[in-house]
Amino acid sequence: MKKLLVLTAALMAPAAHADVTFLGWGGAYGRAQTEAHLKPFTEATGIRTVMTDTDNPAAPVKAMVEANNVTANLVSLEQADVIRLCDEGLLEEIDPASLAPAPDGTPAADDFLPGALTDCGVATDVWATVFAYDDSRFPDAKPTTIADFFDLEKFPGKRGIRKGAKTTLEMALMADGVPASEVYDMLETPEGIDRAFAKLDTIKSEVVWWEAGAQPPQLLADGEVVMSTVYNGRIFAAAMNENKPFVTVWDGMQYEFEVYAIPKGAPDLDDAMQFLSWSTETQNLANLTKYISYGPTRKSTAAVKKTWEDGTTDMEAHLPTSPQNMTNSLETSFEFWVDYDSELNERFNAWLAS
Amino acid sequence: MEGRPLKQALARAQSRAKRRALLLVVPLLLFIVVTFVAPIGQMLLRSVHNDAFARNMPNVGAWFAENDGAPTEDAFAALVADLRLARENRTAGEVGTRINYELGGTRSLFTSGARGADDLEPPFATSLVEDDAKWADPQLWQVMRTASSAYTASFYLAALDLTRDGDGNIVRVPEGRAVYLALFAKTFALSALITAICLLLGYPVAHLLATLPLAKSNLLMILVLLPFWTSLLVRTTSWMVLLQEQGVINNTLVATGITDTRLPMIYNQTGTVIAMVHILLPFMILPLYSVMRPIRPHYVRAARSLGATSWTAFRRVYLPQTVPGIGAGALLVFILAVGYYITPALVGGASGQLISNLIAYHMQDSLNWSMAAALAAILLAAVLLLYWLYDRLIGIDNMKLG
Repeated sequence: MKKLLVLTAALMAPAAHADVTFLGWGGAYGRAQTEAHLKPFTEATGIRTVMTDTDNPAAPVKAMVEANNVTANLVSLEQADVIRLCDEGLLEEIDPASLAPAPDGTPAADDFLPGALTDCGVATDVWATVFAYDDSRFPDAKPTTIADFFDLEKFPGKRGIRKGAKTTLEMALMADGVPASEVYDMLETPEGIDRAFAKLDTIKSEVVWWEAGAQPPQLLADGEVVMSTVYNGRIFAAAMNENKPFVTVWDGMQYEFEVYAIPKGAPDLDDAMQFLSWSTETQNLANLTKYISYGPTRKSTAAVKKTWEDGTTDMEAHLPTSPQNMTNSLETSFEFWVDYDSELNERFNAWLAS
Repeated sequence: MEGRPLKQALARAQSRAKRRALLLVVPLLLFIVVTFVAPIGQMLLRSVHNDAFARNMPNVGAWFAENDGAPTEDAFAALVADLRLARENRTAGEVGTRINYELGGTRSLFTSGARGADDLEPPFATSLVEDDAKWADPQLWQVMRTASSAYTASFYLAALDLTRDGDGNIVRVPEGRAVYLALFAKTFALSALITAICLLLGYPVAHLLATLPLAKSNLLMILVLLPFWTSLLVRTTSWMVLLQEQGVINNTLVATGITDTRLPMIYNQTGTVIAMVHILLPFMILPLYSVMRPIRPHYVRAARSLGATSWTAFRRVYLPQTVPGIGAGALLVFILAVGYYITPALVGGASGQLISNLIAYHMQDSLNWSMAAALAAILLAAVLLLYWLYDRLIGIDNMKLG
């Protein structure tokens, strides 16, 4: 499948004579990028753009660069893949000085959120793992903190959690009162890991484990769980499009960046750089929130009014980057998880089976 | 025939016939080699062969080949030379990943080590350890020593919950990290349970099918086969609808007042057993049916007329004649159950996972294909062992598949 997609990308690019050939994820996210960035960019500059859908753009990037036949000049990647591909020399380096400053003149390097700019990529938006509950199941007191997720006495009922060590252990420690800034230091010690599993032990009997992102909204809708960890875009879409009484709790949320990057040796490098600089301008970054509830990565977007497609819903309350949602939040550490993924998942699987 | 001995002529004619016969099976043979032998062989190779470290770290590999014991300054110098090489070729991530399989927290040690390797000054034994104290860890050197050979048994050790300590002795992994042995045991126990339930449920059904008049038994047969033809995913999802906490069965139980608390019947071991029994039942019924159908009713009647009770007649006359079907059905169901993946993944929750789910995890998530291959090879060996036992106890010739 991936090979086929690379092939399609290779065949489509010359046919379309696009000056910016964009490899995206398809789906709602790809649509958001097309509507908010690709189309308006062509209108503004006259530079043609074409969007190509892939399963995960990281795979074709590796294939194209290693085959010395780079046809795309802009890709949408996860932060983990950007760092890995950059380590392997498959991406162009990007100078923060070439990005547009904020409207008030703050240079890009200071305007972007910490960690959003890396050697080879510019983060465009942030998605988060949060937890959400079914409002109708808690008529009186409502869960408001990550500790409430683990409180079976105050909020009885089944909980959905993603089956895997990543995000689950961090959540357990934060619920146990560990400040976000100390979570990863603690997880590097045996005591920290024990503490996380001990906290998970307290709700183990009431957990329904999910694997695909589509499951938690379904589990909530079926009444199979009263609350569940969930990707913030999914639960927002379920609440908006299907009118479900799902409430998102942002306390203890964990976020990750989605990034624009340029493959090494990309054609029309100037056009790609112009697109990168244009699409990461404050207003244009904020425009993405019209189509998807992922947060823009520039501090200066806070001053911009952000509205959902329907023209009435103010997006401020629904974005991972809104200051009120970020008060107790943790950036998922890619570095930590490449090191400890196998070890901690082994332990996690052993714990699950016991 | 003049002058040629008959024996030779016969051998020649026969060899021609043999060649022609061989030509007939060549396409099938090729098919089996390409789709079966080659991939399984490659998988088995992967479980003992991983050269990510050996290929990219030649200097330190050479040091390991010549020296035993603790690392000296020479060893550190070779390591630094390799790290510089890894930076140049951008292979530090690959090398780190290989070591990280066996010792957590080391991938970033190699990537950051490679990044800073150019700035290091001799003596490297101190400068590298100053950079990061983990470089002095004897266990790290032990892991590097095993990884410096492209062929390794460490994936098999890990798959059996074993590991090497700093001195190279094979020891059990700590309590909290032992996963695989228990899961193998659970997989075989659950598969045996599923096989037993399938036999209990399938035997009477097959008997009924075999003894009814043809018109009626054909109708019943369609009922057995219909679910067999339905997509596996559809059947598994239907069980979710039926069994879940707010599902049909629980709603009925609560509405009729039989129970107040909703029974947890899915996302656990119970769910796995129920769904898998349903899915595997036809594999038990069909061989049983094919064995029972030709059994003539006269034998049992004769036994009864000679004074046997119906139980004795069944036990001494009917049952022994169905053993080939029981053997075939049980073996088929058991082997399918041992390797089942999608159903436990969907309805198994935490406690209903089987070893195949961990193989899938290593294939898809951790990308540790060597580990997946080692687990799969152990599973294959265990199944072959059981097959051999079966052959010794019951005899494979006694089996009738249909």
